[in-house]
Amino acid sequence: MSDEMQLLEERVNREYEFGFTTDIETDTIPKGLSEDVVRLISKKKNEPEWLLEWRLKAFRHWQTLKMPKWAHLKYPEIDFQDIIYYAAPKTSKVKPDSLDEVDPELLKTFEKLGISLKEQKRLTGVAVDVVMDSVSVATTFQSQLAEKGIIFCSMSEAIQKHPDLVRKYLGTVVPMTDNFFAALNSAVFSDGSFCYIPKGVRCPMELSTYFRINQENSGQFERTLIVAEDGAYVSYLEGCTAPRRDENQLHAAIVEILAGDEAEVKYSTVQNWYPGDENGVGGVYNFVTKRGLCRGHHSKISWTQVETGSAITWKYPSVILKGDYSIGEFYSVALTTGAQQADTGTKMQHIGKNTRSRIVSKGISAGKSQNSYRGLVHVAKGAENTRNFSQCDSLLLGDKCGAHTFPYIESRNNTAIVEHEATTSKIGEDQLFYCEQRGLDAEKAVALIVTGFAKEVMNNLPMEFAVEAQKLLAVSLEGSVG
Amino acid sequence: MNTIKTEYLEERFNELLSAQPESKLKSWQKEGFQTFTKVGLPTLKNEEWKYTGISRLFTRDFSIPSKGTESISREIVEKAAMPGASAMNHLVFLNGKLNLELSTFKKSDDFEICTLEEAYNGRYKDDVEAYFNKSSLVTKDGIHALNVSFMNDSVFIKVNKGHEVSMPVYFNHIFDATHNHLLASPRSLVIVEEAAKVEIIESYYTHGSMDSFSNEVVEIIAKENCQIEAYKIQNDTPNGNHVGTTHIRQIGKCLVNTVTISLNGGMIRNNTDIIMEKDANEAHMYGLYFLKGHTHVDNHTLVDNTKPLCFSNELYKGIIDDYATGVFSGKIIVRPDAQKINAYQSNKNILLSPTGTINTKPQLEIYADDVKCSHGCTVGRLDEEALYYLRARGINKDLAKSMLLKAFADDIVMHIKIEAVKEYVESLIAERLQLHD
Repeated sequence: MSDEMQLLEERVNREYEFGFTTDIETDTIPKGLSEDVVRLISKKKNEPEWLLEWRLKAFRHWQTLKMPKWAHLKYPEIDFQDIIYYAAPKTSKVKPDSLDEVDPELLKTFEKLGISLKEQKRLTGVAVDVVMDSVSVATTFQSQLAEKGIIFCSMSEAIQKHPDLVRKYLGTVVPMTDNFFAALNSAVFSDGSFCYIPKGVRCPMELSTYFRINQENSGQFERTLIVAEDGAYVSYLEGCTAPRRDENQLHAAIVEILAGDEAEVKYSTVQNWYPGDENGVGGVYNFVTKRGLCRGHHSKISWTQVETGSAITWKYPSVILKGDYSIGEFYSVALTTGAQQADTGTKMQHIGKNTRSRIVSKGISAGKSQNSYRGLVHVAKGAENTRNFSQCDSLLLGDKCGAHTFPYIESRNNTAIVEHEATTSKIGEDQLFYCEQRGLDAEKAVALIVTGFAKEVMNNLPMEFAVEAQKLLAVSLEGSVG
Repeated sequence: MNTIKTEYLEERFNELLSAQPESKLKSWQKEGFQTFTKVGLPTLKNEEWKYTGISRLFTRDFSIPSKGTESISREIVEKAAMPGASAMNHLVFLNGKLNLELSTFKKSDDFEICTLEEAYNGRYKDDVEAYFNKSSLVTKDGIHALNVSFMNDSVFIKVNKGHEVSMPVYFNHIFDATHNHLLASPRSLVIVEEAAKVEIIESYYTHGSMDSFSNEVVEIIAKENCQIEAYKIQNDTPNGNHVGTTHIRQIGKCLVNTVTISLNGGMIRNNTDIIMEKDANEAHMYGLYFLKGHTHVDNHTLVDNTKPLCFSNELYKGIIDDYATGVFSGKIIVRPDAQKINAYQSNKNILLSPTGTINTKPQLEIYADDVKCSHGCTVGRLDEEALYYLRARGINKDLAKSMLLKAFADDIVMHIKIEAVKEYVESLIAERLQLHD
């Protein structure tokens, strides 16, 4: 046992790799939230009148709401007046046209994160939109994409350049009145990515957004909107990090996806916000609303997520299967260590006929963490021949952590078939023994077994991400042998 | 929309209380009513009551049985009783109150039956104080508090150490709703001593055309090495509504089996809680809800593993026809350090009609690592291939369907260990499926 204890200690003392801050001058507004702040954000971003009205409506609605308490999470009351709602790196007033104009300090930050924009541009061919604190700082490959008619830019830019598209789709999947955090985001969202794939176009490269919270006490409220017209295809990646802070940072994002007839959107996330220290001090509060709408027939939306960061995760990427023969998928690996808490899962709303959904959720808990799966499968009356399969497996590493499953299944149709299964266990002694007998040390054996446990989800990640995610999992697990 | 009324309950509560002498029971009732006033009726916003809008029932004025004996004709008692009742210790509960005049049971040293008041004022004071209304898991619930407030002629049963009760103990609940809507609050405390064995069966019957709402709580204390079978057979009229909590505390290492069969009724909610407070406890829970019409049945189960080495297995099956609604919500909790737990839970449903609804929520809450816990749940239709197989052999469609449904239900019915009860349930299911020998 002493070896394991030592390993555990090492793990606990391991620093959060991405816990640096960047000394960049930022343009921030004072703490607090009021109508004036909403107006100020809108003004700073030079937004049209309708958007300001929209924000104010959301803000007024938000004031009538109370923070939801139903999740299996424990955290102190959040003081929404103690947060900075807008922070932008002060590089230049207008957005740079090319990478050469971007503040070199900023570029260094992203290099440290392992996403050198230049490098990426040259080698991988992944178009990246980078959001720091609240503002999008760089988008690569825009011109190549534009040739195909694809719009990929920051939300602020889209509001200026493509206001009609934004106005048409913003808030159609996640209405501002959806929930507490959606209302908050709608009122104060600062930036995010906008992506539009026209009819029949297959996006030739992976699109990627990188989020980073830098400024102290700031909240990040980005908003992503992806519209895939009939027959379009896009694969979208999202990554997140934040510096180490003793105080909790708030992240309340919204992602909306629309898929037309025969369109397919694949959305992958590797979430690695700062999780706080082992006593639960600091860390990011991650309250995210992600939802896709399969509005056309034969459309498909697929969520894949690897969740390793955040002190608190509250996130349920969902799919509304409205079009006939549409498909929704959710693949998730959630790893919690230290004092992390995660309440995550999905919602599959079957409305159209012959719709299918598949949920694979793998939860791994270690340390003193609590990891919950919460998912809903709803079959509406008219959703003939719906098919759903859900599988939630939990792995417990250590005797102080918890793994919980809260599935909700609601069926209103007698032709639907819905299946759910879940298991909770620790790593089998026999499995460990088998590996150790073949010369692997205990830690490598655990890593191997966990990788195998999560494989079904990892296989669904795009190549670039799969490597990163695998590494992340291994690093996060170091020493958690139990 | 009719409004929900609960204000008048306070008046009725004071009336009921003023007819009683000052006692410990009265203070429990007062406490219960305070909780009820504070918490109120559960609404759909309450996670545990998300799919069952029980407060809807309170749009009507309920009459509440007062102190003193009521009576009903023997014929009705016979009608309400399940076949084979004559070979059981037949306890009649009229409007939620134990009616000793109508009950027939054989006095023996195996067990004691009396009202809770008698038990408390007599030689079982310590037992009542130690075990009655103790579990904080349920006492905070509004509907549970309402039961405590209005309990009246509750039952105390004690199965003596080392004794096996040869005849099952049968609770025949009769609700007289001929003139008024009735709110009945049956309450019982059953203590099963070391190495004792008992079988408890409950059934429900509403007489008359007005609505009845029985809000029942049964507390069972299971001691070392005892064996308990607890069955609930629900075949009430559509105006019979019911919330029943069976709260079983396994305070010694013992075996508990429960079977809940729901076939007819209005809005029904069954809470079956098993709290494992000693190492190596074992429990099996089975349930069948075979519904038609507008019947709504909600089965909530809880297995709370507070100590290591416990085993539990749970299987609930549902067949939903017409406009009926079936709800299942199962929870397995494994407390910190309750290692080496094996807990299984399974819920299978067949939706027969396009207007039926199934909501199911099988949950696991686990705080210990060396456990094997699983749950599975399915919602679907009859297996097309199995139907085809039977039809290819010359069996008509209706019969083939009935055969498959019967087989589906049998998985639960076979766990009823009392032959008379099993036959009775089988006959009810055969009748529903229009199967004749």
